[in-house]
Amino acid sequence: MSDSVVVNYKLAKAPIYSHCFSQDRSILALTLNSDCLVFRLIPNGKPQLVATLPDHDKTVTSVDISIHGRIVTCSQDRNAIVWEPLSDGSYKPTLVLLRINRAATCVKWAPSGYKFAVGSSARIIAICYYEQENDWWVSKHIKKPIKSTVNCLSWHPNGIMLACGGTDGYVRAFSGFVKGLDSKEQVSNSPWADKFPFGALIREWYDGAWIHGVAWRGSQEKLAFVTHNGTFNVVDASDEILTAEYPEGLPLTSVVWVNDHEAVCGGFSCHPVLFSEGANGWQFSKNIDKSVASRTPVAASFEGGDDQDENPSFGISALRKFKDLDLKGKVSTQVQECTHENAIMELAPYAESSGNVTEVSSCGLDGKVVIYRV
Amino acid sequence: MSQSLRPYLTAVRYSLQAALNLTNFSSQVVERHNRPEVEVPNTSAELLLQPMNVSRNEHEQVLIEPSVNSVRVSIKVKQADEIEQILVHKFTRFLEQRAESFYVLRRVPIEGFSISFLITNKHTETMNTEKLVDFIIDFMEEVDKEISEMKLFLNARARFVAEAYLGEFVY
Repeated sequence: MSDSVVVNYKLAKAPIYSHCFSQDRSILALTLNSDCLVFRLIPNGKPQLVATLPDHDKTVTSVDISIHGRIVTCSQDRNAIVWEPLSDGSYKPTLVLLRINRAATCVKWAPSGYKFAVGSSARIIAICYYEQENDWWVSKHIKKPIKSTVNCLSWHPNGIMLACGGTDGYVRAFSGFVKGLDSKEQVSNSPWADKFPFGALIREWYDGAWIHGVAWRGSQEKLAFVTHNGTFNVVDASDEILTAEYPEGLPLTSVVWVNDHEAVCGGFSCHPVLFSEGANGWQFSKNIDKSVASRTPVAASFEGGDDQDENPSFGISALRKFKDLDLKGKVSTQVQECTHENAIMELAPYAESSGNVTEVSSCGLDGKVVIYRV
Repeated sequence: MSQSLRPYLTAVRYSLQAALNLTNFSSQVVERHNRPEVEVPNTSAELLLQPMNVSRNEHEQVLIEPSVNSVRVSIKVKQADEIEQILVHKFTRFLEQRAESFYVLRRVPIEGFSISFLITNKHTETMNTEKLVDFIIDFMEEVDKEISEMKLFLNARARFVAEAYLGEFVY
């Protein structure tokens, strides 16, 4: 483990597709098969499991915690559920009327915490908000012109613009303006458009590869996205796409802004990578927590200079033959020394100081949640 | 290992590493289904990537068909004569009948190939991707050796049987 790893929690034996820390970093929620687990973080100790949210009956794909502590989960069983924390530490579920007929893939609370967006395989984004009269969460749909599964969502800090990316190779920015919740002041002086009626397509950018992650930088009015062909891209209101390639070439799945000129991405190479903006545009900057690739010949360790070698009697050589048989196929395996042993699925900012993200958390297919120092 | 085998296997290894980046992806067509997109008749072509064909010569080829949540790897094993054809058929059939215990093996090879593997996101989530690649490369190395060994053994046995049988008729 390198010194850039702050904490390494091995919490599950199955892949974790999504995780989220609460605003005060005391609660960690993560997806596990068809459940959502809620942990309480203990300083210098293993997180303590406080609740299991069991109502889904298919794989839970995404989880998010609002600034008020409400947890929303969405699943491949086509449902999303909002979990209201109660005073005794349990959670009260409320089903959301998503009105979609395919899997829900990703969910994100708006910065205000009063609405959230759900992306789905039905080529729909549902913007959901609480309706007082009926006491349930209702949704409004954004359908056009999404042509394939929505993989990722990101709310602009102004709480109205919503970016999405999917398997159709487009990154799109929509307006998620909900009457009664949002006001026009939130988007005054926005460089992106003059009017923001609900569901309006504000911009779209074509990349061609599957889009796995998007992230807004509000202060700069920029949008970053990462793709399956291993590129990191930044766009702004002038529609110019700046691209940086990841030298290892493996797909990137998630992106988090560190400051105005740096961003961390994670993906199938199992460790985070840093991209930075310099004089000549965006560039790959460095790998975080990457060990030097070492090909260790495992079988060779048996051929070390023991006294057995000087007297190779019959019995010993037969024994060695059996030992070598057992090692078959291991010889050329690259020894994995990254903290994550499988692909990183999601990154999230963990700690900030003076506008800089100093620590990011990640979850991966190996069932780990890791916090890295950037 | 012969001169041309190593670059062939290296090409297959890198192609597999590039293809085995799979995500959990629920069907866009059928409600509540999660199925390997490479195996179903697909109306959404954007979920399939360009197939890769790595070929050493016309008898030895590998076809890698990647998609968003599954990869199909088909291998054509070298078959120089009729005996080898029979041996390869029997050998792959023996394995395919026990496909459950091999996890990634497909029960029927696709048209024109000797044996097919189907690797889904479930496999890459529970197994080490590097080792899966190693397994397939190892299989490709071993299967040629195995077939030629079997052929030698078969020839020797046939000669012995023929000698023993025809020896009866020697005056």
